[in-house]
Amino acid sequence: MRSLIDIKDLSLEEIDELIETANDIIENPEKYSQKCKGKKLATLFFEPSTRTRLSFEAAMYELGGNVLGFSEANSSSASKGESVADTSRVVSCYADIIAMRHPKEGAPLVASQNASIPVINAGDGGHNHPTQTLADLLTIKREKGRLDNFCIGFCGDLKFGRTVHSLISALSGYKNIKIILISPNELVIPDYIKEEILIKNNIEFVETRSLEEAMPELDVLYMTRVQGERFFNEADYIRLRDSYILDLHKLENAKKDLAILHPLPRVNEISVAVDDDKRACYFKQVLNGKFIRMALIMKLLEVK
Amino acid sequence: MLVNPIKDGIVLDHIKAGNAMEIYHALGLDELDCQVAIIKNCDSAKMGKKDILKINEHIDINLDVLGYLDPGITVNFIKDSKIYDRKHLELPMEIKDVIKCKNPRCITSTEQELSHIFKLSNREKGVYRCIYCEASAK
Repeated sequence: MRSLIDIKDLSLEEIDELIETANDIIENPEKYSQKCKGKKLATLFFEPSTRTRLSFEAAMYELGGNVLGFSEANSSSASKGESVADTSRVVSCYADIIAMRHPKEGAPLVASQNASIPVINAGDGGHNHPTQTLADLLTIKREKGRLDNFCIGFCGDLKFGRTVHSLISALSGYKNIKIILISPNELVIPDYIKEEILIKNNIEFVETRSLEEAMPELDVLYMTRVQGERFFNEADYIRLRDSYILDLHKLENAKKDLAILHPLPRVNEISVAVDDDKRACYFKQVLNGKFIRMALIMKLLEVK
Repeated sequence: MLVNPIKDGIVLDHIKAGNAMEIYHALGLDELDCQVAIIKNCDSAKMGKKDILKINEHIDINLDVLGYLDPGITVNFIKDSKIYDRKHLELPMEIKDVIKCKNPRCITSTEQELSHIFKLSNREKGVYRCIYCEASAK
Protein backbone atom coordinates (compact mmCIF):
# COMPACT_ATOMS: atom_id res chain seq x y z
CA MET A 1 0.00 0.00 0.00
CA ARG A 2 1.60 3.21 -1.19
CA SER A 3 1.07 6.82 -0.24
CA LEU A 4 2.39 10.04 -1.76
CA ILE A 5 3.62 12.44 0.89
CA ASP A 6 6.67 13.98 -0.77
CA ILE A 7 7.56 14.16 -4.46
CA LYS A 8 10.78 12.32 -3.50
CA ASP A 9 8.61 9.26 -2.73
CA LEU A 10 8.35 8.71 -6.49
CA SER A 11 11.18 7.45 -8.69
CA LEU A 12 11.81 9.07 -12.07
CA GLU A 13 10.34 5.96 -13.70
CA GLU A 14 7.17 6.30 -11.65
CA ILE A 15 6.86 9.99 -12.53
CA ASP A 16 7.31 9.12 -16.21
CA GLU A 17 4.67 6.40 -15.87
CA LEU A 18 2.19 8.85 -14.27
CA ILE A 19 2.83 11.39 -17.03
CA GLU A 20 2.30 8.71 -19.65
CA THR A 21 -1.00 7.68 -18.04
CA ALA A 22 -2.13 11.32 -17.73
CA ASN A 23 -1.38 11.89 -21.42
CA ASP A 24 -3.39 8.80 -22.30
CA ILE A 25 -6.30 10.04 -20.15
CA ILE A 26 -6.21 13.35 -22.03
CA GLU A 27 -6.29 11.49 -25.37
CA ASN A 28 -8.85 8.83 -24.37
CA PRO A 29 -10.95 10.06 -21.44
CA GLU A 30 -13.77 7.57 -22.05
CA LYS A 31 -11.34 4.66 -21.51
CA TYR A 32 -10.92 5.80 -17.91
CA SER A 33 -14.45 6.89 -17.07
CA GLN A 34 -15.27 3.76 -15.01
CA LYS A 35 -11.81 2.81 -13.74
CA CYS A 36 -12.62 3.69 -10.14
CA LYS A 37 -16.27 2.69 -10.12
CA GLY A 38 -17.26 1.70 -6.60
CA LYS A 39 -14.20 3.38 -5.06
CA LYS A 40 -14.39 6.32 -2.66
CA LEU A 41 -11.96 9.21 -2.24
CA ALA A 42 -12.02 10.96 1.15
CA THR A 43 -10.99 14.59 0.84
CA LEU A 44 -9.89 15.60 4.34
CA PHE A 45 -9.27 19.32 4.10
CA PHE A 46 -8.39 20.74 7.51
CA GLU A 47 -7.98 24.15 5.91
CA PRO A 48 -9.80 25.61 2.94
CA SER A 49 -8.32 25.11 -0.52
CA THR A 50 -11.02 25.29 -3.11
CA ARG A 51 -8.92 24.63 -6.19
CA THR A 52 -6.95 21.64 -4.97
CA ARG A 53 -10.03 20.04 -3.42
CA LEU A 54 -12.11 20.54 -6.54
CA SER A 55 -9.29 19.16 -8.65
CA PHE A 56 -9.16 15.97 -6.56
CA GLU A 57 -12.94 15.65 -6.56
CA ALA A 58 -13.22 16.24 -10.31
CA ALA A 59 -10.43 13.68 -10.85
CA MET A 60 -12.27 11.01 -8.83
CA TYR A 61 -15.64 11.72 -10.49
CA GLU A 62 -14.07 11.47 -13.95
CA LEU A 63 -12.73 8.05 -12.97
CA GLY A 64 -16.29 6.97 -12.09
CA GLY A 65 -15.63 7.01 -8.35
CA ASN A 66 -17.28 8.81 -5.46
CA VAL A 67 -16.12 11.46 -3.03
CA LEU A 68 -16.78 12.12 0.64
CA GLY A 69 -15.08 14.38 3.15
CA PHE A 70 -14.95 17.84 4.65
CA SER A 71 -13.53 21.15 3.55
CA GLU A 72 -12.54 22.78 6.84
CA ALA A 73 -11.42 21.61 10.26
CA ASN A 74 -14.51 23.04 11.97
CA SER A 75 -16.71 20.47 10.28
CA SER A 76 -14.47 17.53 11.27
CA SER A 77 -13.73 15.72 14.51
CA ALA A 78 -10.49 17.69 14.72
CA SER A 79 -12.59 20.47 16.24
CA LYS A 80 -13.35 18.04 19.09
CA GLY A 81 -9.66 17.36 19.54
CA GLU A 82 -9.30 14.13 17.58
CA SER A 83 -5.74 13.36 16.51
CA VAL A 84 -4.71 13.05 12.87
CA ALA A 85 -3.77 9.44 13.59
CA ASP A 86 -7.26 8.58 14.84
CA THR A 87 -9.04 10.49 12.07
CA SER A 88 -7.07 8.57 9.44
CA ARG A 89 -7.79 5.22 11.11
CA VAL A 90 -11.51 6.02 11.20
CA VAL A 91 -11.67 7.28 7.61
CA SER A 92 -9.87 4.12 6.47
CA CYS A 93 -13.08 2.28 7.42
CA TYR A 94 -15.16 4.39 5.04
CA ALA A 95 -13.01 5.21 2.01
CA ASP A 96 -10.46 3.62 -0.33
CA ILE A 97 -8.01 6.53 -0.56
CA ILE A 98 -7.42 9.82 1.28
CA ALA A 99 -6.39 13.23 -0.04
CA MET A 100 -5.38 15.38 2.94
CA ARG A 101 -4.67 19.07 3.29
CA HIS A 102 -3.56 20.22 6.73
CA PRO A 103 -2.07 23.45 8.09
CA LYS A 104 0.48 21.52 10.15
CA GLU A 105 3.58 20.31 8.36
CA GLY A 106 3.94 16.54 8.44
CA ALA A 107 0.27 15.81 9.19
CA PRO A 108 -0.22 13.72 5.99
CA LEU A 109 2.85 11.65 6.93
CA VAL A 110 1.27 10.91 10.32
CA ALA A 111 -1.95 9.99 8.50
CA SER A 112 -0.08 7.61 6.17
CA GLN A 113 1.57 5.92 9.16
CA ASN A 114 -1.83 5.18 10.67
CA ALA A 115 -4.27 4.75 7.78
CA SER A 116 -4.82 1.36 6.20
CA ILE A 117 -5.49 3.01 2.82
CA PRO A 118 -3.24 5.19 0.61
CA VAL A 119 -2.83 8.84 1.61
CA ILE A 120 -2.10 11.68 -0.81
CA ASN A 121 -0.60 14.87 0.60
CA ALA A 122 -2.72 17.69 -0.82
CA GLY A 123 -0.56 20.33 0.89
CA ASP A 124 0.80 20.52 4.43
CA GLY A 125 1.44 24.08 5.57
CA GLY A 126 4.41 25.61 3.80
CA HIS A 127 6.04 22.22 3.42
CA ASN A 128 5.04 19.88 0.58
CA HIS A 129 2.48 19.84 -2.20
CA PRO A 130 3.56 16.93 -4.40
CA THR A 131 0.53 16.83 -6.70
CA GLN A 132 1.19 20.47 -7.67
CA THR A 133 4.71 19.39 -8.60
CA LEU A 134 3.31 16.53 -10.68
CA ALA A 135 1.02 19.03 -12.45
CA ASP A 136 4.07 21.25 -13.10
CA LEU A 137 6.07 18.33 -14.51
CA LEU A 138 3.20 17.18 -16.74
CA THR A 139 2.80 20.74 -18.06
CA ILE A 140 6.53 21.08 -18.83
CA LYS A 141 6.53 17.67 -20.53
CA ARG A 142 3.50 18.54 -22.65
CA GLU A 143 4.75 22.00 -23.58
CA LYS A 144 8.43 21.22 -24.16
CA GLY A 145 8.21 17.54 -25.06
CA ARG A 146 10.89 16.65 -22.52
CA LEU A 147 11.92 16.87 -18.89
CA ASP A 148 15.64 17.20 -19.54
CA ASN A 149 17.88 19.61 -21.44
CA PHE A 150 16.15 22.89 -20.70
CA CYS A 151 16.64 26.11 -18.80
CA ILE A 152 14.03 27.05 -16.19
CA GLY A 153 13.75 30.34 -14.34
CA PHE A 154 12.04 30.56 -10.97
CA CYS A 155 10.90 34.10 -10.26
CA GLY A 156 9.52 35.81 -7.17
CA ASP A 157 9.36 34.40 -3.66
CA LEU A 158 11.95 31.64 -3.69
CA LYS A 159 12.39 31.65 0.09
CA PHE A 160 8.94 30.54 1.19
CA GLY A 161 7.59 29.08 -2.06
CA ARG A 162 7.02 25.39 -1.36
CA THR A 163 6.08 24.70 -4.99
CA VAL A 164 9.44 26.08 -6.08
CA HIS A 165 11.37 23.92 -3.62
CA SER A 166 9.44 20.77 -4.59
CA LEU A 167 9.85 21.35 -8.33
CA ILE A 168 13.58 21.98 -7.95
CA SER A 169 13.82 18.76 -5.96
CA ALA A 170 11.91 16.83 -8.64
CA LEU A 171 13.99 18.29 -11.49
CA SER A 172 17.23 17.37 -9.73
CA GLY A 173 16.89 13.84 -11.10
CA TYR A 174 16.79 14.92 -14.75
CA LYS A 175 19.78 15.57 -16.99
CA ASN A 176 21.15 18.88 -18.16
CA ILE A 177 18.76 21.20 -16.35
CA LYS A 178 19.89 24.78 -15.86
CA ILE A 179 18.12 26.76 -13.15
CA ILE A 180 18.02 30.56 -12.94
CA LEU A 181 16.83 31.84 -9.58
CA ILE A 182 15.31 35.30 -9.90
CA SER A 183 14.32 37.01 -6.67
CA PRO A 184 14.88 40.06 -4.48
CA ASN A 185 17.59 39.72 -1.80
CA GLU A 186 14.90 39.35 0.84
CA LEU A 187 13.43 36.25 -0.81
CA VAL A 188 16.41 34.27 -2.14
CA ILE A 189 16.34 30.48 -2.16
CA PRO A 190 17.32 28.99 1.24
CA ASP A 191 20.90 27.77 1.59
CA TYR A 192 19.82 24.21 2.34
CA ILE A 193 18.09 23.93 -1.06
CA LYS A 194 21.32 25.05 -2.70
CA GLU A 195 23.54 22.77 -0.64
CA GLU A 196 21.37 19.67 -0.32
CA ILE A 197 19.77 19.66 -3.78
CA LEU A 198 21.47 21.90 -6.34
CA ILE A 199 25.14 21.50 -5.37
CA LYS A 200 24.75 17.89 -4.24
CA ASN A 201 23.26 16.92 -7.62
CA ASN A 202 25.67 19.06 -9.69
CA ILE A 203 22.86 21.16 -11.12
CA GLU A 204 23.95 24.31 -12.92
CA PHE A 205 22.30 27.32 -11.29
CA VAL A 206 22.59 31.10 -11.31
CA GLU A 207 21.09 33.65 -8.92
CA THR A 208 20.04 37.02 -10.24
CA ARG A 209 17.87 39.97 -9.27
CA SER A 210 16.75 40.78 -12.82
CA LEU A 211 13.95 39.01 -14.65
CA GLU A 212 14.74 40.95 -17.86
CA GLU A 213 18.37 39.76 -17.89
CA ALA A 214 17.41 36.14 -17.40
CA MET A 215 14.52 36.16 -19.87
CA PRO A 216 16.29 35.45 -23.22
CA GLU A 217 17.80 32.21 -21.93
CA LEU A 218 14.65 30.67 -20.49
CA ASP A 219 12.71 27.71 -21.92
CA VAL A 220 10.37 27.67 -18.91
CA LEU A 221 9.49 30.53 -16.55
CA TYR A 222 7.92 29.58 -13.22
CA MET A 223 6.34 32.67 -11.66
CA THR A 224 5.40 33.04 -8.00
CA ARG A 225 3.93 35.88 -6.03
CA VAL A 226 6.07 38.37 -4.11
CA GLN A 227 3.99 39.06 -1.02
CA GLY A 228 4.23 42.42 0.70
CA GLU A 229 4.10 40.87 4.16
CA ARG A 230 7.44 39.13 3.55
CA PHE A 231 9.28 42.46 3.56
CA PHE A 232 10.50 44.31 6.62
CA ASN A 233 9.51 47.69 5.27
CA GLU A 234 6.92 48.74 2.77
CA ALA A 235 9.27 51.04 0.84
CA ASP A 236 11.44 48.06 -0.16
CA TYR A 237 8.37 46.14 -1.24
CA ILE A 238 7.01 48.95 -3.40
CA ARG A 239 10.46 49.50 -4.94
CA LEU A 240 10.80 45.82 -5.89
CA ARG A 241 7.24 44.81 -6.56
CA ASP A 242 7.06 45.86 -10.20
CA SER A 243 10.39 44.20 -11.05
CA TYR A 244 8.74 40.85 -10.54
CA ILE A 245 5.52 41.47 -12.40
CA LEU A 246 5.46 39.74 -15.75
CA ASP A 247 4.00 41.83 -18.55
CA LEU A 248 4.16 41.84 -22.33
CA HIS A 249 7.04 44.33 -22.31
CA LYS A 250 9.23 41.95 -20.27
CA LEU A 251 8.32 39.12 -22.65
CA GLU A 252 9.71 40.96 -25.69
CA ASN A 253 13.12 39.32 -25.26
CA ALA A 254 11.74 35.91 -24.40
CA LYS A 255 11.94 32.82 -26.61
CA LYS A 256 8.99 32.24 -28.92
CA ASP A 257 8.35 28.84 -27.35
CA LEU A 258 8.77 29.88 -23.70
CA ALA A 259 6.32 28.15 -21.34
CA ILE A 260 5.05 30.39 -18.51
CA LEU A 261 3.89 28.48 -15.44
CA HIS A 262 2.36 29.66 -12.16
CA PRO A 263 0.97 27.49 -9.34
CA LEU A 264 -1.91 30.00 -8.87
CA PRO A 265 -3.70 31.81 -7.36
CA ARG A 266 -2.32 34.81 -9.18
CA VAL A 267 -2.77 38.24 -7.69
CA ASN A 268 -0.94 40.74 -9.86
CA GLU A 269 2.41 39.13 -10.60
CA ILE A 270 1.35 38.22 -14.14
CA SER A 271 -0.37 40.96 -16.07
CA VAL A 272 -3.80 39.89 -17.38
CA ALA A 273 -2.61 40.94 -20.86
CA VAL A 274 -0.21 37.97 -20.82
CA ASP A 275 -3.13 35.52 -20.54
CA ASP A 276 -3.80 35.73 -24.28
CA ASP A 277 -0.16 35.09 -25.18
CA LYS A 278 0.29 31.53 -26.43
CA ARG A 279 3.22 31.14 -24.05
CA ALA A 280 0.92 31.44 -21.01
CA CYS A 281 0.41 27.88 -19.72
CA TYR A 282 -0.89 28.46 -16.18
CA PHE A 283 -4.51 27.63 -16.91
CA LYS A 284 -3.48 24.52 -18.86
CA GLN A 285 -1.45 23.67 -15.75
CA VAL A 286 -4.67 23.65 -13.69
CA LEU A 287 -6.29 21.23 -16.14
CA ASN A 288 -3.16 19.08 -16.20
CA GLY A 289 -3.39 18.97 -12.40
CA LYS A 290 -6.70 17.14 -12.65
CA PHE A 291 -5.37 14.61 -15.17
CA ILE A 292 -2.21 13.83 -13.21
CA ARG A 293 -4.32 13.40 -10.05
CA MET A 294 -6.47 10.91 -11.96
CA ALA A 295 -3.33 9.00 -12.91
CA LEU A 296 -2.06 9.13 -9.32
CA ILE A 297 -5.35 7.92 -7.79
CA MET A 298 -5.33 4.98 -10.21
CA LYS A 299 -1.73 4.14 -9.41
CA LEU A 300 -2.22 4.24 -5.63
CA LEU A 301 -5.45 2.23 -5.87
CA GLU A 302 -3.58 -0.20 -8.15
CA VAL A 303 -6.27 0.14 -10.79
CA LYS A 304 -5.09 -1.00 -14.22
CA MET B 1 45.59 13.39 39.84
CA LEU B 2 44.85 9.69 39.83
CA VAL B 3 41.62 7.90 39.07
CA ASN B 4 41.86 4.14 39.46
CA PRO B 5 41.20 1.91 36.42
CA ILE B 6 37.88 0.11 36.51
CA LYS B 7 37.55 -3.68 36.48
CA ASP B 8 34.09 -4.09 34.98
CA GLY B 9 32.25 -1.29 33.28
CA ILE B 10 32.39 1.27 30.51
CA VAL B 11 34.82 4.08 29.71
CA LEU B 12 33.74 6.90 27.44
CA ASP B 13 36.97 8.32 26.06
CA HIS B 14 37.79 11.21 23.72
CA ILE B 15 34.84 13.30 24.84
CA LYS B 16 35.24 16.82 23.56
CA ALA B 17 36.56 18.90 26.46
CA GLY B 18 33.66 20.51 28.29
CA ASN B 19 31.00 18.03 27.08
CA ALA B 20 31.24 15.49 29.91
CA MET B 21 28.43 16.93 32.04
CA GLU B 22 25.99 17.14 29.11
CA ILE B 23 26.66 13.50 28.28
CA TYR B 24 26.48 12.54 31.96
CA HIS B 25 22.94 13.91 32.14
CA ALA B 26 21.84 12.80 28.65
CA LEU B 27 22.71 9.18 29.43
CA GLY B 28 21.03 9.39 32.83
CA LEU B 29 24.27 8.61 34.67
CA ASP B 30 23.11 10.82 37.53
CA GLU B 31 20.49 8.16 38.32
CA LEU B 32 23.00 5.32 38.76
CA ASP B 33 23.97 3.95 42.17
CA CYS B 34 27.42 2.75 41.03
CA GLN B 35 30.61 4.80 40.99
CA VAL B 36 30.94 7.21 38.07
CA ALA B 37 34.06 9.30 37.53
CA ILE B 38 33.86 12.53 35.60
CA ILE B 39 37.31 13.55 34.46
CA LYS B 40 37.58 16.91 32.79
CA ASN B 41 40.30 18.57 30.75
CA CYS B 42 42.74 15.65 30.58
CA ASP B 43 45.76 16.09 28.36
CA SER B 44 45.29 14.34 25.03
CA ALA B 45 47.89 13.88 22.29
CA LYS B 46 45.10 13.71 19.70
CA MET B 47 42.73 16.39 20.98
CA GLY B 48 44.83 18.68 23.18
CA LYS B 49 42.23 18.47 25.96
CA LYS B 50 39.50 15.88 26.45
CA ASP B 51 36.97 14.67 28.99
CA ILE B 52 36.49 11.06 30.14
CA LEU B 53 33.60 9.31 31.88
CA LYS B 54 34.20 6.06 33.75
CA ILE B 55 31.18 3.98 34.76
CA ASN B 56 31.95 1.20 37.23
CA GLU B 57 29.15 -1.08 36.00
CA HIS B 58 27.80 -2.49 32.72
CA ILE B 59 24.78 -0.51 31.66
CA ASP B 60 22.82 -0.17 28.42
CA ILE B 61 24.07 2.92 26.65
CA ASN B 62 22.11 4.55 23.86
CA LEU B 63 24.91 4.83 21.31
CA ASP B 64 22.67 6.88 18.98
CA VAL B 65 22.26 9.57 21.62
CA LEU B 66 25.97 9.48 22.29
CA GLY B 67 26.85 9.59 18.59
CA TYR B 68 24.55 12.57 18.08
CA LEU B 69 25.97 14.51 21.03
CA ASP B 70 29.61 13.81 20.26
CA PRO B 71 30.51 11.49 17.36
CA GLY B 72 34.21 11.60 18.31
CA ILE B 73 33.72 9.53 21.48
CA THR B 74 35.31 6.10 21.86
CA VAL B 75 33.36 3.63 24.00
CA ASN B 76 35.48 1.02 25.76
CA PHE B 77 33.76 -1.96 27.34
CA ILE B 78 35.86 -3.38 30.19
CA LYS B 79 35.74 -6.86 31.73
CA ASP B 80 38.27 -8.20 34.23
CA SER B 81 40.26 -4.99 33.77
CA LYS B 82 40.62 -5.60 30.02
CA ILE B 83 38.97 -3.92 27.05
CA TYR B 84 36.86 -6.62 25.38
CA ASP B 85 35.01 -4.37 22.94
CA ARG B 86 35.58 -0.89 21.56
CA LYS B 87 33.21 1.23 19.53
CA HIS B 88 34.10 4.33 17.55
CA LEU B 89 30.96 6.37 17.18
CA GLU B 90 29.58 8.20 14.20
CA LEU B 91 26.54 10.35 13.63
CA PRO B 92 23.49 8.03 13.70
CA MET B 93 21.18 7.99 10.66
CA GLU B 94 18.14 8.53 12.88
CA ILE B 95 17.51 9.79 16.39
CA LYS B 96 14.24 9.33 18.22
CA ASP B 97 13.07 11.45 21.16
CA VAL B 98 16.53 12.86 21.76
CA ILE B 99 15.74 16.39 20.63
CA LYS B 100 12.45 18.13 20.01
CA CYS B 101 11.31 19.82 16.81
CA LYS B 102 11.01 23.54 17.46
CA ASN B 103 9.09 24.42 14.30
CA PRO B 104 5.73 25.79 15.52
CA ARG B 105 4.13 24.73 12.23
CA CYS B 106 5.18 21.07 12.68
CA ILE B 107 2.50 18.50 13.50
CA THR B 108 4.58 17.47 16.54
CA SER B 109 3.83 20.89 18.07
CA THR B 110 0.14 20.02 18.48
CA GLU B 111 0.02 16.22 18.65
CA GLN B 112 1.87 15.49 21.87
CA GLU B 113 1.93 11.69 21.58
CA LEU B 114 4.10 11.74 18.45
CA SER B 115 7.75 10.78 18.77
CA HIS B 116 10.22 13.43 17.70
CA ILE B 117 12.25 11.69 15.01
CA PHE B 118 15.11 13.30 13.11
CA LYS B 119 17.11 11.95 10.17
CA LEU B 120 20.65 12.85 9.22
CA SER B 121 20.50 14.91 6.04
CA ASN B 122 24.04 16.29 5.79
CA ARG B 123 26.78 14.20 7.40
CA GLU B 124 29.57 16.71 6.74
CA LYS B 125 27.74 19.48 8.54
CA GLY B 126 25.95 17.19 11.00
CA VAL B 127 22.51 18.50 9.97
CA TYR B 128 19.46 16.59 11.20
CA ARG B 129 15.95 17.21 9.87
CA CYS B 130 12.59 16.43 11.43
CA ILE B 131 10.92 13.60 9.47
CA TYR B 132 7.58 15.44 9.59
CA CYS B 133 8.35 19.04 8.61
CA GLU B 134 12.03 18.73 7.52
CA ALA B 135 13.03 21.66 9.76
CA SER B 136 16.67 21.36 10.78
CA ALA B 137 17.59 20.74 14.39
CA LYS B 138 19.43 23.74 15.77
